[in-house]
Amino acid sequence: MLSDVDFAAVWLTLKLATTTTVILLIAGTPIAWWLARTRSKWKGVIGAVVALPLVLPPTVLGFYLLIALGPHGLAGQLTQLLGWGVLPFTFAGLVVASVFYSMPFVVQPLQQAFEVIGTRPLEVAATLRASPWDAFFSVVLPLAKPGFITASILGFAHTVGEFGVVLMIGGNIPEKTQVVSVQIYNHVEALEYAEAHVLAGGMLLFSFLVLLALYSRKGTNAWK
Amino acid sequence: MTPDEAIHARFQVIWPGFTLELDLKLPGRGVTALFGHSGSGKTTLLRCLAGLERQSTGLLNFKGDIWQDSARGIYRPTHQRSLGYVFQEASLFPHLSVWKNLNYGRKRVHNKHKVSLDQAVALLGIGHLLDRMPGRLSGGERQRVAIARALATSPELLLMDEPLAALDLKRKNEILPYLERLHDELEIPVFYVSHAPDEIARLADHVVLLSEGRVVAAGGLRETLARLDLPTAFTEDAGVVVEAVVADHDETYHLTRLDFTGGSVVVARRPEALGRRLRFRVHARDVSLTLTRAEGTSIANLLPATVTEVADADTPAHALVQLDAGGTPLIARITRRSLVHLDITPNKPVWAQIKAVALLG
Repeated sequence: MLSDVDFAAVWLTLKLATTTTVILLIAGTPIAWWLARTRSKWKGVIGAVVALPLVLPPTVLGFYLLIALGPHGLAGQLTQLLGWGVLPFTFAGLVVASVFYSMPFVVQPLQQAFEVIGTRPLEVAATLRASPWDAFFSVVLPLAKPGFITASILGFAHTVGEFGVVLMIGGNIPEKTQVVSVQIYNHVEALEYAEAHVLAGGMLLFSFLVLLALYSRKGTNAWK
Repeated sequence: MTPDEAIHARFQVIWPGFTLELDLKLPGRGVTALFGHSGSGKTTLLRCLAGLERQSTGLLNFKGDIWQDSARGIYRPTHQRSLGYVFQEASLFPHLSVWKNLNYGRKRVHNKHKVSLDQAVALLGIGHLLDRMPGRLSGGERQRVAIARALATSPELLLMDEPLAALDLKRKNEILPYLERLHDELEIPVFYVSHAPDEIARLADHVVLLSEGRVVAAGGLRETLARLDLPTAFTEDAGVVVEAVVADHDETYHLTRLDFTGGSVVVARRPEALGRRLRFRVHARDVSLTLTRAEGTSIANLLPATVTEVADADTPAHALVQLDAGGTPLIARITRRSLVHLDITPNKPVWAQIKAVALLG
């Protein structure tokens, strides 16, 4: 039923989503923390930039990334300088694009979780001799766990579901940049509806299960 | 009090619409009550002491240790100050059991423990709660755990921000005995924020009265409460606190005599044994004055006293009269008409009739 190319697309999709989610959890946490805590006038600007992919057509984001990461773009020249070559049409390029594209789906749940926690638990921890870093790991992370779970699920699922950005920056190279959503498109173009059905049905089931898991999780205070 | 035993705090905090500006020398032991209306700066002062208000400028010398000196750029962060802080609302970590909450601060303290964990648990009576999660505790139990958690770090300073404010009367009465034990058994200074005069009368040794970010009065509990020159905001509930000893029980009439410097009062039979120390409060509105010893009155408590000062009360119809009853200060709130008719002036001998005393604890 599924060809090797299809399996490669599924594998690549999972690899891309996992890599992207891990990077976003690491990079998104400080951004979300800053957004939740700062009183800087830049908060609005940074918040808006992070949220842009929510409203921007993926092709627009993909277009600018293609130019920036391309041989003449600033980022592209940097990656060449570092000996990484040019990223578009590589897996690394897909990861970079996905990180930008899925950023709000990770940063916003984290920011919200941090805002709900507020400053009081940190103050309490400080009066109990915990340094700020110590307090972050021993109090904030456990309290924000529901936020991290939501962020991981949304970031992963949203990356799995991307299409336009991938097409713009990664093209359609089997086993390198060809993900499931693009492969479905290929099948439909070639009138291979049976194959398209299997992949599309799989995506439908996956998305439903993800959302089911998300919505049927116990309240955020599962420890009570 | 040598400089090494005292606490010197000089703070300035400026926010839109609020300024805290004070310079206080505070005793290095006993319970100091920070008293005032909401918005008077009590909590802000406490937070400055704890190092939780980074915008504050000034100086904090804790028994010879400089915790803050803005002029020299010194600001020791909260987690490096040896203090315990009990917040107004429940502040237990919800993801940790009572036991792990108690241990959170304790395992981060590396110097030798003066207060053992068992001691803190016993003092607050929470031994049966150790395995529970905070979500399964009552409000009173949570505050007791929070106090024990602060104590378990063996702090050199204990700061309490209205620890009873969020509790109903029943829970308050459940915790107050534990706080009294703290007072009796701990040797560290305690700063206790409250706007409840009865709590202060029961627990405090010293009082700092705050109003609009400034210190209105500071000193010993008895002397400060007996002062008349404080703003009327504080005098509508004026009264004094008297420390007394249970001197005699009268089984026929079910009465107890309490002796204090300069006199005694008779109250309804108390359960305490002879010789026990008790504090009671006499509200100014419960004290009336006569020029001669009244005969044929149902009021049992009559004390000879001398007028020391007369001042305005909270209404134009009343005046406050400060009395010296053989070394114990009293305040009477009487009408201005009576003041004139009885010709109450300083140094005049009078009889104080005490209609009611409020026993504390």
